[in-house]
Amino acid sequence: MTQQAILKIKNYEKNFVLHEQSKRIPSSHGVDLEVYAGKLTALIGPTGAGKSSVLKGIYRTYLPSGGNMLYRTAKGDLIDLATADEYSILQLRREEIGFVTQFLFCLPRQSTLDVVAHPLVARGVLREDAREQAAQMLGALNMPERLWSLSPATFSGGEKQRVNLARGLAAKPRLLLLDEPTASLDPATAERVIELIESIKLEGVAMLAIFHHPELTARLADHVVELIPPPPLVQMKHTILETEAML
Amino acid sequence: MSAGYNFGFMDEHAKKEIRRAILKAIAIPGYQVPYSSREMPMGRGFGTGGLQLTLSLIGENDTLKVIDQGADDSVNAVNLRQFIEMTCPGVDTTTYLSEATLIQSRHRIPEVALKPEQVLILQVPYPDPLIVVEPSEDKRKMMHGEADYARLLVKLYEDIVKFDEITISHRYPTRINRHYVIDPSPIPRWDVPKLNHSPALILFGAGREKKIYAVPPHTLAEPLAFDDVPFRVEDFSDEIGNRRACVRCGSRESFLDEFTDETAGKVYQCSDSDYCDGQLAKQSGKEAVYA
Amino acid sequence: MRKILEVRNLSKIYGRGCSRCVESTGPEQETNICPHCGSVVAIHDVSFDLHEGEILGLMGESGSGKSTVVKNLYFDQTPTSGSARFFNDGIAKDMFGINAAQQRYLRNHSFGMVYQNPHLGLNFGISAGGNIAERLLMSDVMHYAEIRTRAKELLVRTEVLLSRMDESPKNFSGGMQQRVQIAKALATNPPLLYLDEVTTGLDLSVQARILDLILEIQQELNTAMIVVTHDLGVIRLLTGRALVMKYGRVIESGLTDQILEDPQHAYTQRLVASAL
Repeated sequence: MTQQAILKIKNYEKNFVLHEQSKRIPSSHGVDLEVYAGKLTALIGPTGAGKSSVLKGIYRTYLPSGGNMLYRTAKGDLIDLATADEYSILQLRREEIGFVTQFLFCLPRQSTLDVVAHPLVARGVLREDAREQAAQMLGALNMPERLWSLSPATFSGGEKQRVNLARGLAAKPRLLLLDEPTASLDPATAERVIELIESIKLEGVAMLAIFHHPELTARLADHVVELIPPPPLVQMKHTILETEAML
Repeated sequence: MSAGYNFGFMDEHAKKEIRRAILKAIAIPGYQVPYSSREMPMGRGFGTGGLQLTLSLIGENDTLKVIDQGADDSVNAVNLRQFIEMTCPGVDTTTYLSEATLIQSRHRIPEVALKPEQVLILQVPYPDPLIVVEPSEDKRKMMHGEADYARLLVKLYEDIVKFDEITISHRYPTRINRHYVIDPSPIPRWDVPKLNHSPALILFGAGREKKIYAVPPHTLAEPLAFDDVPFRVEDFSDEIGNRRACVRCGSRESFLDEFTDETAGKVYQCSDSDYCDGQLAKQSGKEAVYA
Repeated sequence: MRKILEVRNLSKIYGRGCSRCVESTGPEQETNICPHCGSVVAIHDVSFDLHEGEILGLMGESGSGKSTVVKNLYFDQTPTSGSARFFNDGIAKDMFGINAAQQRYLRNHSFGMVYQNPHLGLNFGISAGGNIAERLLMSDVMHYAEIRTRAKELLVRTEVLLSRMDESPKNFSGGMQQRVQIAKALATNPPLLYLDEVTTGLDLSVQARILDLILEIQQELNTAMIVVTHDLGVIRLLTGRALVMKYGRVIESGLTDQILEDPQHAYTQRLVASAL
């Protein structure tokens, strides 16, 4: 029985137009992939192949230059993330799509517990329950309890990474995007992360991930999509505007 | 009276303009109506606003009473009364409230309730209660128009914070007919309740500031207060809590002035001299006039 | 999310204006001043929507017109043209079509404003508590004890020392003055709050504390906010969507993280690249 994809990307393309330098920099190119509930799709390819760009394009941190990204919402509607309006995207980010990156932006004074609980609270979960789930996740990731009441702003890279992961995993969104989730973690914690990913798979979370270790891809991926680097950088003789004027 | 002066000193056009301003003031209770305040043969600050109102309204059948701080015989009251007698030949004047049809007063409303046939004219130094919080007249006019008195109320709030009570003693801001807040002139708090549902018309004239306003009969006049910090009048209790009496007539119900006597120290006496005389007359059986 | 504010084609021109003002000013002409009549086109054709509980950023450098937008929406100024609708419980009000008294009602009950300069938002002639009391009195709260309790609540929430509640804000530090302003703005639990460069000029640690406070309050009360700033850090931290303005026009709008990481317009790219 074929399962319906929760996300279906066709021909995703991302180029950056840098006006000052008059450059058009290709990032991703001709990407097709599918993500299914309870399954993990992994993106592999060399550096510069545009893997992160795909995740950011889905999350709309990047504006896709081409292609479509059909996402099936919880209600069953099909929405093209590439062209959806900003409110819909914000709503999806709040309720259905999560993104674990290597960067942590948070309030300077919010405690780690509250940072991790936040996505749940935003969705309407009672603060106390959200904090409990957050605590469980932090514990599962080997985060010392003494750090839970502190702000993650002063944490080390690995600690911040675990806060990010805890936040993403605790939220259990319908679709979770993971950008090198174990990059700064020690092997023991990385192993825990693998276990957690496997367990949320069982809960039906769909995942699209980039792993820096092929071993992780081998262990966790149900589908693998290989990206090839885009055609080489085109050096512009004229500025973009001049080119457009000439045409 | 020397030749050349019209009855009532001002020409008829001037009086007519003022009467029109009065009608407008009555039609919009509490609203400050601007008018062309004429030069009078006395300095501003001595009641020229009240005087112009009186002169515009007085006729040969009127009986006039003039008081200052409740007394008929104070210098300013005497001065005004004599001027009106001089410029309005045939007009009667009196010290008995019950005989008066027009009462011009500075800083007090008589103790005995007024009658519907009477008109009270109060002399006003500063007509606008908002002047303490807003120097621009344009802005004050807008605030009055929109009944925006929050900044005035904050002053009351700050008083309560500092002193546990509102410390305004006279010129207590009062809201008329649920919209305009007026400065009721420097009458004591004691007199403010008399504005509310008064049987008589009460007019306010500011000569220097060129404004006329009115509290018509049977109109709501509410001194500004908080729901839980109500308006209070002066308390005339002594140290042990007994209500002081007038040293002259013994009344324990009137507004008392405080004097310092060389031998007795502090003494208290009715501010309203006609009322005080009336009390004495009652006690000695001669009360006919004080009905 | 329900809409709370709808702004369409908002324009503000200082001066008499002429038929060539609009075409002679803007980002391409690199000026706000019309060369033909000398009028200043502070903003032109600004449109956006704001939803309940949403935080929108208005970003730009000096002269971009970002402050002018909120000044008009708060009725400190009257726009030259354009419209704005405010939605309260599903009922729309034509903000520039209602009369002055109705505008004042909206301003006192439904809006809050925090200015960069505390002298604009606070009355230094009365106490900090008095400033909050004034706002409550303007929204017809007439009970002294209630006013006092509420003022204390707000000052505690904005971390202003209660012991200084009855002092004039003139001796407070800049950060504390801003916090009194915030307390005052929130006094009536307005559904919409305008924040005009509220942390500009303050020490970084003070800034952080105030931004934290703003976000916490927003999460508690679900207040919609328009945040005017030139600071990219503030935009990133507070806002979900943003508009980038230059010489009175909106040149780019979108999700905040997208504008900061994938700016489309040349000016936005320069702006983001210049962030320290």
